[in-house]
Amino acid sequence: MKTFSGLNSERIDALLASIRSVCEGLAEIRLMEVCGTHTVSIFRSGIRSLLPKNVRLISGPGCPVCVTPSGYLDAACNLAGRSGVTVCTYGDMVRVPGTDGSLADHRAQGGDVRVVYSVRDALRYAMDTPDKEVVFLAIGFETTAPATASAILEARRSDVKNFSVLEGHKLVVPAMRTLLSDPSTALDGFICPGHVSVVIGSAAYKPISREYGKPCVVAGFEPIQILACVERLAMQVREGRADVENVYQVAVKEEGNVVAMQRIEEVFQPAAATWRAMGSFPDSGLKLRQSYQEFDAARRFGLKTDGDYEPPACRCGDVIQGKVEPLECALFGKTCTTTHPIGPCMVSSEGTCAAWFKYGSVAR
Amino acid sequence: MCLAVPGRIALIHRSDSESDARTTATVDFQGSRVQISLELTPDARVEDWVLVHAGFALQVLDEGEARELWEYLQEADVVREIPVFAENPVREESER
Repeated sequence: MKTFSGLNSERIDALLASIRSVCEGLAEIRLMEVCGTHTVSIFRSGIRSLLPKNVRLISGPGCPVCVTPSGYLDAACNLAGRSGVTVCTYGDMVRVPGTDGSLADHRAQGGDVRVVYSVRDALRYAMDTPDKEVVFLAIGFETTAPATASAILEARRSDVKNFSVLEGHKLVVPAMRTLLSDPSTALDGFICPGHVSVVIGSAAYKPISREYGKPCVVAGFEPIQILACVERLAMQVREGRADVENVYQVAVKEEGNVVAMQRIEEVFQPAAATWRAMGSFPDSGLKLRQSYQEFDAARRFGLKTDGDYEPPACRCGDVIQGKVEPLECALFGKTCTTTHPIGPCMVSSEGTCAAWFKYGSVAR
Repeated sequence: MCLAVPGRIALIHRSDSESDARTTATVDFQGSRVQISLELTPDARVEDWVLVHAGFALQVLDEGEARELWEYLQEADVVREIPVFAENPVREESER
């Protein structure tokens, strides 16, 4: 396997041997990777097929595109359809269908939709075109939220009046709590996201290990990191422990990025958020603080973002909660494919269904 | 979407002394140069490796880890999916 080439192959073999010996004789161990980037890495590298039969990796709600409710997309499309409004978005969102088509559809009909690499590009565009209203689609977990906060602070400093954000940020730890409070999602531990944890810090998972008794191990994206993480989790299950560990210490500190967390805190406060096909959960998203509400696009344009509608028979909601695997969805691979996606998990390159569709031969 | 990419700081641009928030850097991603914000990593220095996401450096990395992560991302072929690299393609080793 390509990713297992060279010097790493010995380390990989040693880790796999260790995982086999730790897991021997144990009941099924169900581990959830919360992050979409982990999902892709796990599928690409074929890790699932190398693990012992009693270790199950389950993909969670870790793709920001997949958890954004259709009401949010409808609001974004509504904005794209207005004259004098430019919608700036990360590329991942463009093809996701709302109730009435996607942003790509609205762009084809003349809507002004621009893909940006950074919220900084959206703010610069607003400064350069003062006669346009520029709305940035603020989605993503804690990795992207500090960038949005920074842009809003800069817009305030530079007195930019034609810039606003359609708030859709979500928080990872409340999502984990939600999953654990649903008895039908039986999990034994979490593979915690790498780059979200760079911002929030490994200490952020302590409530999950303490209150719910579930081991949490932070990992980077290389297959070797994921295997080291699985080894630690399996070890904790074997020993009956539930601790927070971190195999990605080179990038993730216990306290995270304190400056980034301060930026989030300054501009946003936790608020109830709707997760696509899962429902609304308290404090699982962010909203602008009172003093920054002038930058709230929903308020500026009188839009609601929390409505949710699922295409009939689409099981994305169950897929992102780890309740079913994509193969259990009647649409998967038949009417819903990466070329003609129906649900968000197939649209996003980090979606669970897209990973299964693309790398299905190594899934089990 | 939460993927951050390692690059090395080539130049730091400090536009005004009172606001760290406006400090930016030209970051070299193996030949592709992009201007990014240093607001969230005020201690980063020229030649440091930083982990960059959506135009912001999120963390200073040691060189070994940065190179390992870059190699993985190249092999996994995900770098070119990030818009800024699609527009300014990263040069292959042999071209440098």
